Amino acid sequence: MISFIAKRLAQSLLVMAIVSAVSFSLFNFVGDPVNNMVGQDATREQRLEIRDKLGLDDPIITQYSRFVGNMLKAEFGLSYRIKRPVDDLIAERLPATLELVFVSAVISLFFGIILGIYTGIKRNSWISRVILSTSLAGVSLPTFVIGIGLIYLFAVHLRWLPSSGRSGVVALGWWKTSLITLEGWRSIILPAITLSLFQLTLILRLVRAEMMEVMRTDFIKFARARGLSERAINFRHALRNTLVPVITIIGLNIGGLVAFSVVTETVFQWPGTGLMFIQAVNFVDVPIMAAYLVFVALLFVIINLIVDILYFVVDPRIRLGG
Amino acid sequence: MDKIDDKPLTRWQRFKDNDIVWSFLSSPGAMIAAVVASVMILACIFAPVIAPFDPFDPAQISLWDGKLPPSWVEGGQSKYLLGTDNQGRDMFSTILYGGRLSILVGLAAVCLGMVLGVTLGVIAGYVGGVTDAVIMRLADVQLTIPGILLAILINGVGRAALPYELRDEFAIYVVILAIGLTDWPQFARVARGATLVETNKEYVQAARIIGLPSLLIMSRHIMPNTLRPILVIATIGLALAIISEATLSFLGQGIPPTTPSLGTLIRVGNDYLFSGLWWITLFPAVALIVLVFSVNLLGDWLRDALNPKLR
Amino acid sequence: MLLEIDGLNIAFPTRRGIVNAAKSVSLSVRAGEVLGLVGESGAGKSTIGNAIIDLLEAPGRVTAGSIRFMGEELRTMDADQMRDVRGKRIGMIFQDPQTSLNPLMTIGAQLVETIEKSTKLRGRGAYDHAVALLEQVGITEAVARLRAYPHQFSGGMRQRVVIALALAGDPDLIIADEPTTALDVSIQAQILDLIKSLCRERNLGVIIVTHDIGVIANIADRVAVMYNGEIVETGDVAQVLGAPKHVYTQSLIAAVPRADTKLDRFTSVDYIEGNTASFRRIDIQNHWLGKSQRHDHTGDAIEVSNLNLSFVLQKAMLKRNRRMLKAVSDVNFTVQKGETFGLVGESGSGKSTVARLIAGLYKPDSGQVHVFGKDINQNRKAPESRAARQALQMIFQDPYSSLNARMRVLDIVAEPIRFYRLTDSEQETRTIVGDLLEHVGLGAAAALKYPHEFSGGQRQRISIARALASRPRILICDEPTSALDVSVQATILNLLKDLQQELGLTMLFISHDLPVIRQMCDRVAIMRHGEICEVAEIDAFFEAPQHSYSKHLLDLMPDMNLLTAPTSKV
Repeated sequence: MISFIAKRLAQSLLVMAIVSAVSFSLFNFVGDPVNNMVGQDATREQRLEIRDKLGLDDPIITQYSRFVGNMLKAEFGLSYRIKRPVDDLIAERLPATLELVFVSAVISLFFGIILGIYTGIKRNSWISRVILSTSLAGVSLPTFVIGIGLIYLFAVHLRWLPSSGRSGVVALGWWKTSLITLEGWRSIILPAITLSLFQLTLILRLVRAEMMEVMRTDFIKFARARGLSERAINFRHALRNTLVPVITIIGLNIGGLVAFSVVTETVFQWPGTGLMFIQAVNFVDVPIMAAYLVFVALLFVIINLIVDILYFVVDPRIRLGG
Repeated sequence: MDKIDDKPLTRWQRFKDNDIVWSFLSSPGAMIAAVVASVMILACIFAPVIAPFDPFDPAQISLWDGKLPPSWVEGGQSKYLLGTDNQGRDMFSTILYGGRLSILVGLAAVCLGMVLGVTLGVIAGYVGGVTDAVIMRLADVQLTIPGILLAILINGVGRAALPYELRDEFAIYVVILAIGLTDWPQFARVARGATLVETNKEYVQAARIIGLPSLLIMSRHIMPNTLRPILVIATIGLALAIISEATLSFLGQGIPPTTPSLGTLIRVGNDYLFSGLWWITLFPAVALIVLVFSVNLLGDWLRDALNPKLR
Repeated sequence: MLLEIDGLNIAFPTRRGIVNAAKSVSLSVRAGEVLGLVGESGAGKSTIGNAIIDLLEAPGRVTAGSIRFMGEELRTMDADQMRDVRGKRIGMIFQDPQTSLNPLMTIGAQLVETIEKSTKLRGRGAYDHAVALLEQVGITEAVARLRAYPHQFSGGMRQRVVIALALAGDPDLIIADEPTTALDVSIQAQILDLIKSLCRERNLGVIIVTHDIGVIANIADRVAVMYNGEIVETGDVAQVLGAPKHVYTQSLIAAVPRADTKLDRFTSVDYIEGNTASFRRIDIQNHWLGKSQRHDHTGDAIEVSNLNLSFVLQKAMLKRNRRMLKAVSDVNFTVQKGETFGLVGESGSGKSTVARLIAGLYKPDSGQVHVFGKDINQNRKAPESRAARQALQMIFQDPYSSLNARMRVLDIVAEPIRFYRLTDSEQETRTIVGDLLEHVGLGAAAALKYPHEFSGGQRQRISIARALASRPRILICDEPTSALDVSVQATILNLLKDLQQELGLTMLFISHDLPVIRQMCDRVAIMRHGEICEVAEIDAFFEAPQHSYSKHLLDLMPDMNLLTAPTSKV
């Protein structure tokens, strides 16, 4: 167990090392950092002073290790555009993104798994066929088109829900949540559905495929030959074996949600980190880009680590060795 | 015992007897999808021949004709079948030209990702050892970061690296590069997996005993046998690449808004959605969805048809 | 009668028309009796077992006939009634114990679940019964083993668990579908003994579905022989095996390799091959193929000295944490020019690894392989090393994976000729490929087809033609017939024998099948756990084995006495 987790940790560190190198090189290779900080019309002295302050003349290794040191303290410097510390900016906008991702994850996992199991078991019913064709359409709908469609229908046409922004925010200590007011739920529901639909259909199709794969195995046939009930076969034997690969997808799924929150937040003007990232890219605001990259990679590494541990719990072949 | 016919089958007989062809001919969904996808792709590629207007020719554009609704709606003009956009461009022609760009970007990106991924994947699988570890670790790390984010990043960096005046001109190539570079780990993984399976098969060992060099074994024996799963990934990848291009352009990160692509059209249309000009968004969106849906449908069918376990 | 099947028809609709897997099959089983259902692949024997408990794979279905079990008609039962029959009254054992058990549930959970479903026992009672069942099928420390997962058992142990599961509902009839095919010979004998004794103790009816005449001879009381969906002969085991009446049974039994005496050739099986056209055999002496190898090959064909190879089972950074498998351990032997040398062992004994080391597919950790006096691992690029490798070709076990499915037979066979430029023109290459295909009994027309158009035996012939195209002096045959039906095996082995005589080939013949070894080899080496136990002349080995493991292996060989003289053994 310990060696298994140690190995995974080592891999995670490798990922973080590479990602930090990428974000470090963003600072150095995208535009001139001094220009970015002081603007075109600064004097030569001012420039030299800043070069010196930033240590831009140090050897590259020294600069990188300083960058990693700062990264560990969550310091990425000042945003070029907004001139505020990047870590503050991210901390401020993090709750909005995490809440959106959380609600979407719950929606996509819940409906994805349930519908996947249903279509996997009742393979030939017409309801399954309808669900499946709809799901293929779901995979084909770009997230931003879904968003626009929902806004047009529910906000412009029916006027039931707000078209954009995050309202009903209440502060719980430093965490500002929108999940405890009706107004907050009214504003999160459209973006959450938009974000979850694509992942929902992916999970649905995957669970169904895995379920069908398991149903073809010999041990299911042997369970049938022992006269076990369909219920026991579907839920005790097939479902658990289906869940092992599905766990991996849950990890990827949450990753996908974080990624596409960029799109959803843009469509709905949702004040989260994704929207901030897109604006940063537009203005080549390197500190925010670099920090966001590191933040996303860290999130992923943590999710993947949890997935690995879950694997360990569910599958005795990994737990007990072969 | 099977009897041995003296006459080998002709190519046509072989083709008709092929399980995949047969599966295609007995699956109406796949056939409709194939027809729809090929009609759309051909129409877009031959846009200069088919389109009634040229959206790039200022002489054919009149701002007076701007924001006209589709021809069947009150106020529409019969020469603009699907209406006009805010600049007075004919929607139908613009969609054809925009679709052309989207499809070309998608195809080029998938090809880039496929060539890169398959080459690296087959090498990793066949050579093994350190080469394998380095390539696949790289792929793993890249897969940790979701594709669309990476594409945004590569695209952003790529544009920032170009001199300002060249940005619009090279935007298409940057987008292709961004999407293609995010695509390769998928191909590499599948190609490596298939290569591992094939390498362990005895025909590869037979080729090695004959004394064929590794390069020949990889190109003549292994690669052709990994094509089936790659084809599935490539088809679904094309759908995803078209979506990615549209998404990038919609976010203002991809194709410049002045050049029509399905994504930029929807982006422009979105600004006019609230003022009731629904057709500027709706028609490009429908074109995008129908195109992606039919490509996905084909990919889905192909995956089932090529999976011998499902037959 | 426990089970009576009458006029059973099973049809599989396919796009090329309806395939009848069983055609008016009738058979019966009494309590306390083992019925062997024997046939070659595609005979339809497995579908009958599946049809009895209504588990035919889609789109197969029963189209006619009746299945009466203890006087009740099974065909008219609905799904719920059928579920009550399964497990409770008819138990089933499948071929592969590796895949028959749910990998995520403990053995105990799977047993208790099955017991609770099909008996009145609950909770503690069911648990105690599970312990008793495991003990009955010969698993020691049953209480501890109940908490284990399937992957913690060996193949033979897993098959015992499968049998315990089949017995859990205390059924009256057991259907065992190839229950020992996936197991090693030594385990195979134990499992057959277990099934036989359970049959006697519990007065069970047993149907054993198998392709293996040896299994039938060992365990069955009565036999039904299936060919092409029909039962061609039924009767007492001694009568059917000793004095078969039907032509098919006669030729099938004639094709079974004998371990007692060495014959020149296998009896050819005309009935099964059908009216195969006879193919032109080429005049080897004046042919391209006969003019092989200008090089003077001197010395012993193969000399293996102090060969060692380990595989890493579990990777680790520290050397002491790595788990290694010693696949080949200090192996020494010499194969003389022109002889056939056998390499025998059970699965995992390292015999195939030795073959691959000699073929240069693996590199040894230490030790040398000399082919005609040249060290093949030294200076692999040198022309002599290349010539040595070209002199050595291999025929593989699995006819389905040993040919590249995307290449035409012509290109497969011509590949070494083209690569080494062994001919002057493409025209000549094509002629020679045609000649080779004629010579191995396929006909020149096969050249333009793809591998999937051929059966397993025919593919093995293509493999042989490809090996010949390098004009080899040494042929390594790695279990060349173990994936083939016994009748096809006979023809392939005859072909190999002929080729060896005509071309004066040296052969290294690897097999787990002792009778085949006896028929094919001049000398034999016995391998176990990567080591060689004994090297002996073939007759000496079979008549007076020296090593204890050799004796053990020979004891396990199915008793084939029934096949010659009908005796009153049962």
